[in-house]
Amino acid sequence: MNPIFTALFIIATVIFATLAWKRFSLIRLGKEENRFDNIPARIVEMLLFAFGQKKVLARPFGINHSILFWAFLVLLLANGEFLLNGIFPAISLRLLITPISGPLVFLFDIVSMLALISILVAFARRIFFKPDYLDSKYVKGRSFEGFLILSFIATLMIAYFGYHAAEIALRGERLAAWMPVSTLAAGLYGGGCGSSGGCNNCGVVPWLIFWWWTHAAVLLAFMVFLPISKHMHILTAIPNCFFGSLEKVNTQPREEFAIGNSYGVEKVTDFSWKDLLDSFSCTECGRCQDSCPANATHKPLNPRQIIHTIKTNLMANAAELQSGSPVKTPLVGAEGEGTNTEEAIWSCTTCGACIEACPVLIEQMPKIIKMRRHLVQMKSQFPEELLNLFENMEQRSNPWGIAPTERTKWSSIMDVKSFDEKETEYLFYIGCAGTFDSRQKHVTVSLATILNAAKISWGVLGKDEKCCGDSARRLGNEFLFDKLAKENVELFKARGVKKIITQCPHCFSTLKNDYRQYGLEIEVIHHAELLQRLLAEGKIKPNREVKELGSIIYHDSCYLGRHNDIYEQPRDVITKVTGEEPKEFGKNRENAFCCGAGGGRMWMEEHEGERINVTRVKEALESSPDTICVACPYCMTMFEDGVKDVNSGNVRIRDIAEVVAEGLRPV
Amino acid sequence: MQIVACIKQVPDTTQVQIDPVTNTLVREGIPFIVNPYDTHALEESLRLRDKFGFNVTAISMGPPNAEATLRKALALGVDRAVLLTDRVFGGADTLATSNVLTEAIRKLGETDEVGIIFCGKQTIDGDTAQVGPGIATRLGCTQLTLVDKILELDPIKKRIKVSRKLEGRHEIVEAPLPVMITVVRELNRPRYPTVPGRLESMEREVEFWNNQTLKLDEQSIGLKGSPTWVSKIFSPQRDKGEMIGDGVHDPVGTANLLIDKLLSKDLLSI
Repeated sequence: MNPIFTALFIIATVIFATLAWKRFSLIRLGKEENRFDNIPARIVEMLLFAFGQKKVLARPFGINHSILFWAFLVLLLANGEFLLNGIFPAISLRLLITPISGPLVFLFDIVSMLALISILVAFARRIFFKPDYLDSKYVKGRSFEGFLILSFIATLMIAYFGYHAAEIALRGERLAAWMPVSTLAAGLYGGGCGSSGGCNNCGVVPWLIFWWWTHAAVLLAFMVFLPISKHMHILTAIPNCFFGSLEKVNTQPREEFAIGNSYGVEKVTDFSWKDLLDSFSCTECGRCQDSCPANATHKPLNPRQIIHTIKTNLMANAAELQSGSPVKTPLVGAEGEGTNTEEAIWSCTTCGACIEACPVLIEQMPKIIKMRRHLVQMKSQFPEELLNLFENMEQRSNPWGIAPTERTKWSSIMDVKSFDEKETEYLFYIGCAGTFDSRQKHVTVSLATILNAAKISWGVLGKDEKCCGDSARRLGNEFLFDKLAKENVELFKARGVKKIITQCPHCFSTLKNDYRQYGLEIEVIHHAELLQRLLAEGKIKPNREVKELGSIIYHDSCYLGRHNDIYEQPRDVITKVTGEEPKEFGKNRENAFCCGAGGGRMWMEEHEGERINVTRVKEALESSPDTICVACPYCMTMFEDGVKDVNSGNVRIRDIAEVVAEGLRPV
Repeated sequence: MQIVACIKQVPDTTQVQIDPVTNTLVREGIPFIVNPYDTHALEESLRLRDKFGFNVTAISMGPPNAEATLRKALALGVDRAVLLTDRVFGGADTLATSNVLTEAIRKLGETDEVGIIFCGKQTIDGDTAQVGPGIATRLGCTQLTLVDKILELDPIKKRIKVSRKLEGRHEIVEAPLPVMITVVRELNRPRYPTVPGRLESMEREVEFWNNQTLKLDEQSIGLKGSPTWVSKIFSPQRDKGEMIGDGVHDPVGTANLLIDKLLSKDLLSI
């Protein structure tokens, strides 16, 4: 046994375990949440996203990380052997027969080289072509921590070659033939002295000792450093992928309303244990930050900062949280590290781009909604525009506060049936925008005309229709959402509704995904899907190819695309009706950039930075389209406003239903 | 010291329609709301309570279902809620209403001195703006109407200084307590009830006071005590609009026509 190394190893292990335990015990302070269901699916998810690096590889530079990660897995074995051999010098891989140990050391040799190259590339990236999103307010891409971690790994690799090359030079390596890189490096020692072992004359032995101890020291230091750094993710990211959401994160959990209950998140331990695990799994890669529309337009929100804040707040308040005394650093409402400003929390459009981008399945957006819930429901603290919205939704069941009796007005120009379970198959749930917004009413009429042309049996609820509550839920007013959801589900059940057509992705997602929590499991279809189906089945036949809209670019609505995976259907509709595939934004499909109206932002002022809708319009104009095509009333409003803001009023905004209706119009 | 906020349950007038045959309000299925001006009266009461620690009592006269309005006040955090309800109070005009409210405020003052009475400047159903001043007159206290800002309040010296929002100007007025104040919407931004506030309000008591409590002469209350009544209600006919010019082919000419039209009818001067 090597007593010095053994002692150091024990000290490092104790420190590592203490630091790691401190963090893991903090995670346990989080609220309960069941993430142990469907274990087989979780294993698949872990294999795919953690070991398979699926999302890491979604960006070109991801390959560099994946090489390092896979190298890390292989080198775990090599380093395990190194530690064991360090403590018990008699035990070595070389005890195994060559057909086993040979290929293994070959693998270690090659993989170490690959890892070293990756590290050098990573250094170069941070120094010479660092992307902006590596920087955030408190964490810089060129941070000491970042370079320290890279240096640790680089030194480990160099030391690995250093001592193996020395052993080869000293003719002490039986498996030298299996170690091409180390053998090459051995040349740097001038070939050694030629005698095997015990020779002190050629000066290689001190190098062997130097590199061996360098490797040992860095390995142990890295172990101690690991839990207190962002490199902690090598311990947490794999379980985080295992515990990741198995379904799309397009809904929020219900809250139980009873006297004495508290709602949402005020202090960090009001988050669930998974939320806290998320915060220790963050690598600070900045991809969520890069994809966030609020961040891109210089709002005070940075999803990566939200996650970082949870970790720093948890650490800053650790003692108080564990003893149950009041915390020093508030989670919300202050300035500085470890706290979020309210402005940041209100800037989120709930577009879900952050969740889509995260390689380790962190769920950023739901945490923002949890904090909103507390502000709204416990403190009644929210931007003042929302007071009217909440009261309008509560008292008149629509965001504008228009009288419910006006819900039938859009249909004054056509004959519309009332929904009756015996006579009508589908409920056409018009939605508040389709009912009251003067621009969107055109879409409602277009869609109604198409449904009639396709001989679909449909009816409406008229003045009995109520708001779905989407904005209330995303804004954290769960109490109001709960009321609306219960009313709607009761209404649908009482009227015998089995199938619903929506024209708004927000109504669509709410009815389809959120209302499932209220026992509503019926067919809900957005018109993008329905139109594609009707065109494919030949139920609607455009009488010509629509050319008068010129070149069309299609914008993905977040609640249709990212939140519900409906990407191709609206594109198919456009292609079928115009005879041409729509143009694409640079950021399209799962990477699409929000119009700025989701998450209740539709009803709020945009005080800071550039306007999100204008940013998106400008992106559209890069492809010089004649028409921007949407499939969502909020996107419609945002684009109609956006083109006016940039004086591009000659660019038209059309819903896909209007494009189809154009093709049905008699020539 | 006690602050009394007078609030009223009103039909949501944006949703009210008038029956063309009977000329009466179609109230069926129309939700009731707290008179919007009264929400500002409530808010100011609560703000003074938060600052000075007064007790806030919300009172309302109306049918038993007006309890919902007082529950909302409880949800917002008032200390006490009293509903003045009795068949003999029914059919009251502004005079009879102010008689009932005045007596209730006197009764509240027996246990805790009333310093300020807040009312909305008017209700959105009757639009008379008479009840607040009526209360002040009958109580014999100062009345400050159309207040848009409380500038100073000294509970020890019992003085208050406010800004009144008048047509085209503001008036700064100082007065001794007790005082009756009617408020305009610019005064404050009403708070939104917290969820615990709402849930607890469902468990709290709304006191019901009838005329056995107030012991008012039946000739001064309800229909009998009302010298005025509504004989007819109708919505004014709107004349049909007219199309001028051709906005599609001659937008400039049409805009000129429109401006001429507006000028000739003197609709652009302030």
